[in-house]
Amino acid sequence: MRAVVTITRRDEIADPEGATIARALVDLGYGDVGTVRVNRTVEVSMPGRDREYVLSAVRGMCEKMLANPVMEDYEIEIFD
Amino acid sequence: MTVGIVAFPGTNCEHDVGYALESFGATTVPVWHRETSLDGLEAVVLPGGFAHGDYLRTGAIARFSPVMAAVEKLAAEGRPVLGICNGFQVLCEAGLLPGALIANRDLRFICRPVQLRVESTDSILTRAAAVGQVLTIPLNSYEGNYVPGPDAPNTILRYCEPDGSITGRANPNGSSGSVAGIANQTGTIAGLMPHPERAIEDFMASTDGRVLLESFVASVESVGVSRA
Repeated sequence: MRAVVTITRRDEIADPEGATIARALVDLGYGDVGTVRVNRTVEVSMPGRDREYVLSAVRGMCEKMLANPVMEDYEIEIFD
Repeated sequence: MTVGIVAFPGTNCEHDVGYALESFGATTVPVWHRETSLDGLEAVVLPGGFAHGDYLRTGAIARFSPVMAAVEKLAAEGRPVLGICNGFQVLCEAGLLPGALIANRDLRFICRPVQLRVESTDSILTRAAAVGQVLTIPLNSYEGNYVPGPDAPNTILRYCEPDGSITGRANPNGSSGSVAGIANQTGTIAGLMPHPERAIEDFMASTDGRVLLESFVASVESVGVSRA
């Protein structure tokens, strides 16, 4: 099984990279761009493990290391 | 009275910090991040650099290096723990200090002297300084933009103008509250983004880092005395 973790910075936390991209997109002519947020994706494969196991393990990885609880949230998707 | 100076893969300020602390009378020993014990040490410094390549987030991997359990134990005993620049980021990731550090507001790596105002002398880093004192110390970081946690931090240093006033212009990286350095509530754990070890000799642009590192060495000495 393979887990895809999407880590997002909470809205109230500044995202200087997203803000810079948003300004550049407006300059490119996309004047209707509001905000841009840059997220991070981490893929974790755990061969031979079932869905429940992978979900539980990857959730633990997120809580401990992959996401920072001070400023980030995360979502986990599991694929065969 | 011996101070451990932790090096992770990618740490690059350990020799400068060692030199600085020794010049103020401390004995220092290098500590590799795979060490699991800090027994016999009075205090520990996490110096600047790019621990574990700053991968994932600055400090996020270093925070799980084996030595960190020993750092947490030492911190829990009330002994001095200081994080400089990347070391500050590691202490935040480890939860030993509150908040987090993200990319600078203008997405530029900042490498220049900045002015800092001492906000509190109740910490291992500022006890020999005076509240309101303005220090000129080099800043050298891309991710120095402080984000607080749910509670306001115990701020010990803020970015300021040369006259000590706090302005948006004097805030180089967008840090919340112009925070440059914080401590835990008891002042035994401290972290700051600027590099006091780069402002100690007459040939350097400033010698204002002395009062901070002398504060730290005095704090280490007082711990040693209280344990004797």
